[in-house]
Amino acid sequence: MPDTTRNASSLFGYLAEFDTPDDLLEAAKSVRDAGYRCWDSYTPFPVHGLDDAMGIQRTILPWIVTISGFTGCVVALVMQWWMNARDFPYLISGKPLWSIPANIPIVFELTVLFSALAAVFGMFELNKLPRLHHPLFSSERFRRATTDRMFVVIEAEDPLFDEVRTRHLLESLQPLALERIEDKK
Amino acid sequence: MSTMTSDTSIGIPSVADNLSDDPRRRAPLVVGDNNYATVTEKVCSVVERPKTPLAWYVAFGVSAALATYMVVLIGYLFWTGIGVWGNNQPVGWAFEIVNFVFWVGIGHAGTLISAILFLLRQHWRTAINRFAEAMTIFAVICAGLFPAIHVGRPWFAYWLFPIPNQMNMWPNFRSPLLWDVFAVSTYFTVSLLFWYVGLIPDLATLRDRAQTRLRSFIYGIFALGWRGSARHWHRYEVAYILLAGLATPLVLSVHSVVSFDFATSQIPGWHATIFPPYFVAGAIFSGFGMVLTLIIPCRKWYGLEEVITLRHLENMNKIILSTGMMVGLAYGTEFFIAAYSSNPIEEFTFINRALGPYAWAYWIMICCNVVVPQIFWSRAMRRSVPVMFVVSILVNVGMWFERFVIIVSSLNRDFLPSSWHYYSPTWVDVSMLIGSFGVFFTLFLLFLRFVPMVAIAELKGVMPQPASTRRNAEAPHA
Repeated sequence: MPDTTRNASSLFGYLAEFDTPDDLLEAAKSVRDAGYRCWDSYTPFPVHGLDDAMGIQRTILPWIVTISGFTGCVVALVMQWWMNARDFPYLISGKPLWSIPANIPIVFELTVLFSALAAVFGMFELNKLPRLHHPLFSSERFRRATTDRMFVVIEAEDPLFDEVRTRHLLESLQPLALERIEDKK
Repeated sequence: MSTMTSDTSIGIPSVADNLSDDPRRRAPLVVGDNNYATVTEKVCSVVERPKTPLAWYVAFGVSAALATYMVVLIGYLFWTGIGVWGNNQPVGWAFEIVNFVFWVGIGHAGTLISAILFLLRQHWRTAINRFAEAMTIFAVICAGLFPAIHVGRPWFAYWLFPIPNQMNMWPNFRSPLLWDVFAVSTYFTVSLLFWYVGLIPDLATLRDRAQTRLRSFIYGIFALGWRGSARHWHRYEVAYILLAGLATPLVLSVHSVVSFDFATSQIPGWHATIFPPYFVAGAIFSGFGMVLTLIIPCRKWYGLEEVITLRHLENMNKIILSTGMMVGLAYGTEFFIAAYSSNPIEEFTFINRALGPYAWAYWIMICCNVVVPQIFWSRAMRRSVPVMFVVSILVNVGMWFERFVIIVSSLNRDFLPSSWHYYSPTWVDVSMLIGSFGVFFTLFLLFLRFVPMVAIAELKGVMPQPASTRRNAEAPHA
């Protein structure tokens, strides 16, 4: 949340609490259809169908992983060629200095290694993790987001956000509770 | 199997309810009257107990003492040299390499459960994958110890890696031993990442449940600020399935590469094209044995029988039965190929294996790996916890002996009868095997104490979802 102009304690957004995936899905659809952009749902586990209900676009992560895997493959090939055939030619039992079959295991391993690192750290980067502080952590209620409760949060950043109308929208979704979240600085 | 044993509706499953094989009824993965909150409570309460149970201290004390003993032994080995071991020409590889292959193999079940069963949509894996992945990581740590201390001059172990050294030489990439370095270290890294990524949401659960600032701080750091955002979950799930897809060929490759250490050599008894699939099947077999050995006491002591159900154990027993027969087939195939090759040295090696000086080890292997698992054809045996515990231990023993048989019995009768030698381990060899179990159990007990042993967030995803009850609820308060 890059902000520069806010004062000491500003509004972060409104949080609505639900307790079943079905209720959450309905709520998410309503918020999506109302046209909000800066909002999110929080669930203790990945809820099936929530991506569509929220209109989340597919992540580019697989492309990052593909490119990294390819990089790993090329690095392994070049490294083995450079080290064993070019920089320090190893002649062992008259075998060719440079033979692809003998290099395949390491090509494979480095392809997998680079891809796996990209999958994990790419996911962290896209998710902006680690982020140890977040305004939502100030809500006592929100602590159940990792146990059994589901939340919809509409952020004040959103161009459509309006204290009264946003609140009405969330109330119409019949949440278990509605909470105003401050962004304490 | 045409009769339905019970007609209980989905809403109120009884404890034994998920054992039915009737395809018309989907077996619940979590039995008992559980919901999201109770499952969280059951799993988290294990690591949240203010007082550590005495039994844990006792177990940890013993394990940590053995692990310390291992450290002392390694110091003794480095100080004196590898002559403290029993291996000598012609048996240049013995206990330490046996232990290495044994421990790497144990790890494979963890990855099979976490990655391959995930891709195959085997949802029952959810209750046991965290546990099995932890086992993988600790087993690979134990495995990695042995080649590192086996190099003779361990202060030069960095020569194994492609980093510039004082000789201005690079490692030889056409050597299977170097492939092994890459395979095992990649395997360890990917397993650790996979495990940690799976842990993040559960660490966040522990952070949010924490009663003290210290716990909240420590779990908070490791949870990386996870808050269950749907946008995060989306990328998280994509990353997770990609990791599963990457770990699947990786796990098959690791033991294949380990088997190349043998198969690409010219030693009769090692030089065999069957080795990669044979080693992978054996690895999965032994790994499931170890998962069962660990999980049976844990689910009992920690009261997780409703999450890690009898059906989970039964499924694992089926895998043990099938992989046990795969290794049995491989044992038979080896003999067939030796006979079919008409190579007298090859034939001699295999006759020597079954009837020579190490015949006792060979027949221990056959009994434990091929004969004993056949008991699981019986459904009653598959569902008997004491029986499967004993079988799982015998599988561990048998698979350790398998590696012993492959390595030592192929070496002890060299091409020249004058160099034949009966290898016996020294006290250091035996102590290091025991010590490696100490290292393994020390790490495992720490895992049980501080980390949720069941993947809670994943489990919630496979539980029946609660129906919406608040369509006409009263207006909310602000």
